[in-house]
Amino acid sequence: MSAAAAPPRKTNRLGLEVISYKGGKTTLCAGCGHNAITERLIEAFWEMGVAPWKVIKLSGIGCSSKTPAYFLGLSHGFNSVHGRAAAVATGAILANHQLQCIVVSGDGDTASIGLGNFMHMLRRNVPLVYVIENNGVYGLTKGQFSATADVGSRQKNGIVNEMPPIDCCLAAIEMGATFVARSFSGDKKQLSAILKASIGHHGLAVIDVISPCTTFNDHEGSTKSYSYMREHEEPLHDLHFVPFFEDISVDYEEGTLREVVMHDGSRLRLRKLDRDYDPTDRMHAVAALHEFETTGEVLTGILYVDKTRESFTQSLGLVDAPLATLPQDRVRPPREALEQAMEELR
Amino acid sequence: MSITGVTATLSSADARSAHRNDQPARVVNDFSIQVATVNGSGSQTANNVLMRAIFQMGVPVSGKNLFPSNIAGLPTWFTIRASAAGYIGRKKETDFLVAMNPETGVEDVEKLDAGAAVVYDEPLNLSRVRSDVTFYSVPFDKLTVPVCPEARLRKLVRNMVYDGVVAHLLGIDLEEMRKALYKQFGPRKVKAAELNWNAVQAGKRWAEENLTKQDPYWIERLGTSGRQLIIDGNSALALGCVFAGVTVLTWYPITPSSSLAEALINYLARFREDPETGKATFAVVQAEDELAAVGMAIGAGWAGARAMTATSGPGISLMAEFVGLAYYADIPVVIVDVQRAGPSTGLPTRTAQGDTLKNVVLSHGDTRHPVLFPSSPEECFTFAGLAFDLAERYQTPVFINTDLDLGMNNWVTDPFPYPEEPIRRGKVLTAEDLERLGGFARYRDVDGDGVGWRTLPGTPHPAAAYFTRGSGHNDKAQYSEREDDYVNNLDRLARKLEALRGDVPPPEIQLAPGAAIGFVCYGTSRYAAEESRDQLAREYGVAASYLRLKAYPFTSELERFLEAHERVYVIDQNRDAQLLGLMRLDLPVPLLGRLRSVRHYTGLPVDARSVTNQIVQQEGL
Ligand SMILES: Cc1ncc(C[n+]2csc(CCOP(=O)(O)OP(=O)(O)O)c2C)c(N)n1
Ligand code: SF4
Ligand SMILES: [Mg+2]
Repeated sequence: MSAAAAPPRKTNRLGLEVISYKGGKTTLCAGCGHNAITERLIEAFWEMGVAPWKVIKLSGIGCSSKTPAYFLGLSHGFNSVHGRAAAVATGAILANHQLQCIVVSGDGDTASIGLGNFMHMLRRNVPLVYVIENNGVYGLTKGQFSATADVGSRQKNGIVNEMPPIDCCLAAIEMGATFVARSFSGDKKQLSAILKASIGHHGLAVIDVISPCTTFNDHEGSTKSYSYMREHEEPLHDLHFVPFFEDISVDYEEGTLREVVMHDGSRLRLRKLDRDYDPTDRMHAVAALHEFETTGEVLTGILYVDKTRESFTQSLGLVDAPLATLPQDRVRPPREALEQAMEELR
Repeated sequence: MSITGVTATLSSADARSAHRNDQPARVVNDFSIQVATVNGSGSQTANNVLMRAIFQMGVPVSGKNLFPSNIAGLPTWFTIRASAAGYIGRKKETDFLVAMNPETGVEDVEKLDAGAAVVYDEPLNLSRVRSDVTFYSVPFDKLTVPVCPEARLRKLVRNMVYDGVVAHLLGIDLEEMRKALYKQFGPRKVKAAELNWNAVQAGKRWAEENLTKQDPYWIERLGTSGRQLIIDGNSALALGCVFAGVTVLTWYPITPSSSLAEALINYLARFREDPETGKATFAVVQAEDELAAVGMAIGAGWAGARAMTATSGPGISLMAEFVGLAYYADIPVVIVDVQRAGPSTGLPTRTAQGDTLKNVVLSHGDTRHPVLFPSSPEECFTFAGLAFDLAERYQTPVFINTDLDLGMNNWVTDPFPYPEEPIRRGKVLTAEDLERLGGFARYRDVDGDGVGWRTLPGTPHPAAAYFTRGSGHNDKAQYSEREDDYVNNLDRLARKLEALRGDVPPPEIQLAPGAAIGFVCYGTSRYAAEESRDQLAREYGVAASYLRLKAYPFTSELERFLEAHERVYVIDQNRDAQLLGLMRLDLPVPLLGRLRSVRHYTGLPVDARSVTNQIVQQEGL
């Protein structure tokens, strides 16, 4: 049986229909790239058969940050404050490290106001999936440039950006994230494979998705428009995802395929395109991103995977049970402990 | 000067006049010692040993460290007050000075009242400054060299020499000093303790042989310290958090709150490891800033942890946005504010009650937060537990306002009571509850106390989820910009504060029969207030009642207290009378005319004399 030929199923391995993974109706503009990402997230969680009540979804503020209301309606959600979802999610994970956490942020939310918190989340390798819906502008405040706008990119009103952009993937690789990918909201197959793989990763997954803003940044002169991306997307590899619960073998030509096995046992197959790219090689990843900085092409795919680094919650050595619900006898030391503390001070 | 004669119960002021008249009288257990040194010189240990030795002699004592925002080389003063009457607030006047700092020596001596005594480092030649105080010149360097062969340690050990000199002059039991010293160094630093103990003895011996007691100040044993102990407020609060079952601490270093987080980290590591697995039943993160610190705590509180952060004024300012979110979205979190004076480049190592008003109304829109005002180490301990219970019971941010004086100074206290009450986790629905109920509306006020039932993320039930947002939401936690939904939510939050009012600790009240005036104080002002009350009675024959607030929101006792007194003096350790301002906001207008203000904002703890002087002036006494 091959993955491509898998018959469409009405329910996933938990017996849930896709409706259980949907959320409220989107209030974003028609054609907004963010809506497509929402669709892919719904699919990914449904297809992976993740129990929705084990998921938390958090965001900052922005059009992108509204989207957690539009998927996984059976999961706890938190639309927090501008730029700080990284911090809130970190805290939530500390409270209950058994939860599967997804954060949705925007480029303004992450790379401007939230840059500090983003960087430190990277350093910590907090176990969560962090999706940046990157449109190069502040959608919700009506089209100002964000810090990911490319040099030479033009706003609708004619203003041209002269500042070098912040590359969130480069930052993520440099600062310690252990799964880093870039995709395009219009690249259904690739984005879907990346999201599903990220769910099975035990550390921090940062996924920067170019997600055009049809209202404020989809015109001629924008480098984050649909047409620009269609012309300039440069996939590193052809991605094929095999979930851990499916046993599929594919014949392939020797040397054309790399396989990354995720922590949950799922496999990500990277079929070589123009170049041989090893996503476990950090220097390689950094070099590739730098190489493409000036070409105008947008490199997409799995940029970097490190399965060796401990996640934040592992390094904290927490008890197995969630801290949130530990019973009193596990969190209040006995009488003798207080007496001991008192005695030492006498 | 004779050292015989009756053990007079004279105050140090009386004694000073006695000294002037050449009628020596002993001043026993009622005076203050100030040690002037340079920070980074290791004097803190010597000062603590001195204080502890007095404590072990059963004499009520307090110690206050006045230190600069600097690591080494700037002046510091440590003040020890012994008071048989139990006054442990700051005393304005110094009676016995140990002058070790060449930079401040002259000024320190000039500030003394006549009749004071000075031990000084010989090269400072301070006896030239004035003739109405008693001087003892001590060659500290010469005394240090023989007991401390290692030159690099001399700077530290030298301080112990003054402990020995002072012990001799004041009659401090040397055996108590030895115990205090070994206690201070702990079982793992016995060698260092020995070295320092030799220095104490050298000072004592030299003083015996070379100094003639000429001042009136004596420490005399009143008993033993018994079950009492010495602790700083930050450690006390940290212990309180450990026994309150805190599970998540996220913080960013800032004086004077850092030592709270650090004490908590130590206690957690000792007392909160899972006995079976050795794993942690807590998580601590030193965050990248206070935005993240409180953001993480709020995320953790949302997901069900007993979460807290600790900071000081500038950190609170950064937390403002998040606190508003937590308020509007009903998320429990405990925020400890160890207050200090002013901004970062202000007086970060000085004390103030600078955030009283700010913390009550912190953030945007309409917000009111409960704030607890501990006044002692014991209240630091007990209020920590209370704060977590209130935060979870009412699903809201709760502040604990302490200050540098309480947090970083050492205080004598009775042992803390083990918390007998079970931990209160508030209204949380489980999967079984949901199965029975069929569902829930997150913000519906089903109990009439403004607090809805919540579910924790991870609750295995399809009806468990709800969506949290700060912006408008209806009682089902659905997004809404409707006027009625917004108003309903704000009104519900107001009802919550009303319910909370019945659950915060009521004020401590002492009524003076027939008194026309009353004191209202909170936090560390209590010590000055209590003493000032006695000063007014003793010196002016004026009786004053006393009310000490332990929390905001105010309870009905405060209103009744105002009704019962013609003039009520509200003591604030800030310039703008912040507590009085809050009372103006909350209390009935007809009562407001009774309010008077007493303010102290020098960066030092308020002292009784300053309070008394302001009241005397306003009362026209
Ligand atoms: C503290 C704060 N400052 C400013 C804002 C206003 N604001 C709302 S969304 C936003 C920018 C969002 O941009 P981005 O994260 O790129 O999201 P997008 O709307 O483009 O998806 C800003 C500046 C805010 N909500 N909070
Ligand atoms: S303004 Fe832009 S980013 Fe916002 S919803 Fe519309 S298209 Fe999307
Ligand atoms: Mg954007």
